[in-house]
Amino acid sequence: MSAVSTSPQFKRNAHEALRDANLQQALGMVRLGFIDKRQAVVDKLPEFDALRDSAREIKNHTLAHLDLYLERYEKKVQEAGGQVHFARDAEEARGLILEICRKAGAKTVTKGKSMISEEIGLNAHLEANGVTPVETDLGEYIIQLRNEGPSHIIAPAVHLTKAQIESDFRRVHTHLDPTRDLSEPRSLLTEARGVLRQKFLAADVGITGANFLIAETGTSIIVTNEGNGDLTQTLPKVHIVLASIEKMVPTLEDVSQILRVLARSATGQEMSVYTTFSTGPRRAGDPDGPEQYHVVILDNGRSNMLGGEFQDMLRCIRCGACMNHCPVYHAVGGHAYGWVYPGPMGAVLTPTLIGVDKAGHLPNASTFCGRCESVCPMKIPLPKMMRHWREREFERHLMPAPMRYGLGLWAFFARRPALYRLTTRAAMWSLSKLGRSKGRFKSLPFAGGWTKYRDFPAPQGDTFQAQWAKRKRAA
Amino acid sequence: MTSARDDLFANLRRSLSVTGTERIRVAEVEERLAEAPLGVIPARGQLDAAGRLALFKAMAEAASATVTEVESPEAVPQAVAAYLRDHNLPATLRMGSDPRLAAMPWRDTSLEIASGRSDGHDLNAISHAFGAVAETGTLVMTSGADNPTTLNFLPDNHIVVLSAADVGGDLESVWPKLRKALGKGAMPRALNMVTGPSRSADIEQTLFLGAHGPRSLHIVLVKDAASAG
Repeated sequence: MSAVSTSPQFKRNAHEALRDANLQQALGMVRLGFIDKRQAVVDKLPEFDALRDSAREIKNHTLAHLDLYLERYEKKVQEAGGQVHFARDAEEARGLILEICRKAGAKTVTKGKSMISEEIGLNAHLEANGVTPVETDLGEYIIQLRNEGPSHIIAPAVHLTKAQIESDFRRVHTHLDPTRDLSEPRSLLTEARGVLRQKFLAADVGITGANFLIAETGTSIIVTNEGNGDLTQTLPKVHIVLASIEKMVPTLEDVSQILRVLARSATGQEMSVYTTFSTGPRRAGDPDGPEQYHVVILDNGRSNMLGGEFQDMLRCIRCGACMNHCPVYHAVGGHAYGWVYPGPMGAVLTPTLIGVDKAGHLPNASTFCGRCESVCPMKIPLPKMMRHWREREFERHLMPAPMRYGLGLWAFFARRPALYRLTTRAAMWSLSKLGRSKGRFKSLPFAGGWTKYRDFPAPQGDTFQAQWAKRKRAA
Repeated sequence: MTSARDDLFANLRRSLSVTGTERIRVAEVEERLAEAPLGVIPARGQLDAAGRLALFKAMAEAASATVTEVESPEAVPQAVAAYLRDHNLPATLRMGSDPRLAAMPWRDTSLEIASGRSDGHDLNAISHAFGAVAETGTLVMTSGADNPTTLNFLPDNHIVVLSAADVGGDLESVWPKLRKALGKGAMPRALNMVTGPSRSADIEQTLFLGAHGPRSLHIVLVKDAASAG
């Protein structure tokens, strides 16, 4: 079992999110915090769009040759003295990591931010087996204190306000002076730095994710701003990299192209503060660095996406731009999506990883405005893939009965144009008569889902087709 | 029972409808790895030496690093001492065994020098950069006894010496230089690209410097690299 999912109850989650005042306050900042910053830095680089194309082509080429690049990568890691482990699913990955921790006699493990770790539910598994995981990314640390999952793939605590974080720090950091001033975000950051510094120095194993794996050199890359990932992987005697198969790129030149679009799309930075290339364990004469370097490569359903209509999704570099620009994400936040990956990329990826029967609501949580695709640095056709899921959901009879009957009824009329025109004209005519006094309806039979939240405007007396025909005749 | 590895590769190849032995595919992969083709290189960094230095300085400062220029390696210790003094920092400094740093006249200052890796109790450390990227104001640091990786992350204040001759225009300029130094397909254990001091915006999207890494990053740019030794 991977991380626990509440995706099947997306609708209930969304309703609760809309009523959560703290969440709505925090989400207001997402809109301001990410969109303008990204646009400003994109405007400064005239080649940005050409780089997106370049990045897309690199990933397409890599995915088409993924077996060969993975083999080369494995060989290069081994040459550098590292070990590569392959895991077919979440359970295997958790087992491999626990075994490495046990062999190292690990009591505490520090962790850099890793979405794959969330995907496989690693923390709960380590804890259940006597190994204490400590998240060190500030956002991840905060949500670990709250026993929550991330609500955003690059800003895990984006759903929280400063006041909520302050109260968590006071609750957990009981060894500190209770009268201390934590009213400013800076003082919260300083407190976390102090608390976590001790954890970094005491950890037996450090676990990080990887933004990229390079076949040419057997290198794993992490991209961070805080420096926590580097302390996680430099100080303990064992470093474990947890990465999924699609993180592969062929060469250092190739990764340079993608790095240019990653930071700009994610945080609106020209370059993240730390981009770290790691290749194997400590070498002869090295005064620091881990003595063991392990890479756990996870499939967990991704190889099934190759060669099919969801292959493009494997180009995703987890920048978060799609959710930062998504009106649905802005309204309900990340937790409503009910699993690890929220927003448009989550709506496409989650059904492939946990099943469309559980996550079928997610591809429906879209207005098809297309902003996600227009900002995606890898030009992933997210709306098209959400439509693929809707089609599959329909084929597999997973939609609720009223929706299926409704679509069936519409299809009956759509195949009979004369009958369609007659019926719609009659309906529009009678609705316009009924609603003439107010110009709108507060409730309508069969349209409760609409009128529960807003009025339904009364038609103006004619159908679109009739008006179209009239104007053509007049012209 | 098949191993996880075999199973994973078999599944990959089934999805891609390949066996892994097709000569064309193997040749395409070998060619890309051997030739490492360049992609789109932004015009921004394509400047002469003076232009690259000016761009590097502007971009590093935009990322909240500070930059001092000195005329020669001999002038570095005084510049470092002045920086620490001006910022009311203690006159202590940790460094690795980099011969370029070792050759500098540290005795002319009253700095207390410690050597080797950091255990987390140093306020100030100095490293010598392998190179830099003007395009983004990024320093390139390589691991080893010369410049221990811990010095890049544990001290509160990180000072980095950079030779002007090592400043490339674009990110891609780092790789031929690295291949020349280490051989094709080889990497140092850790290569750290550093662009400004550490920061976090995890609390209400408000950016603050000084997360887990250094709170300040100071770059001493040495214009005359010829006598660096």
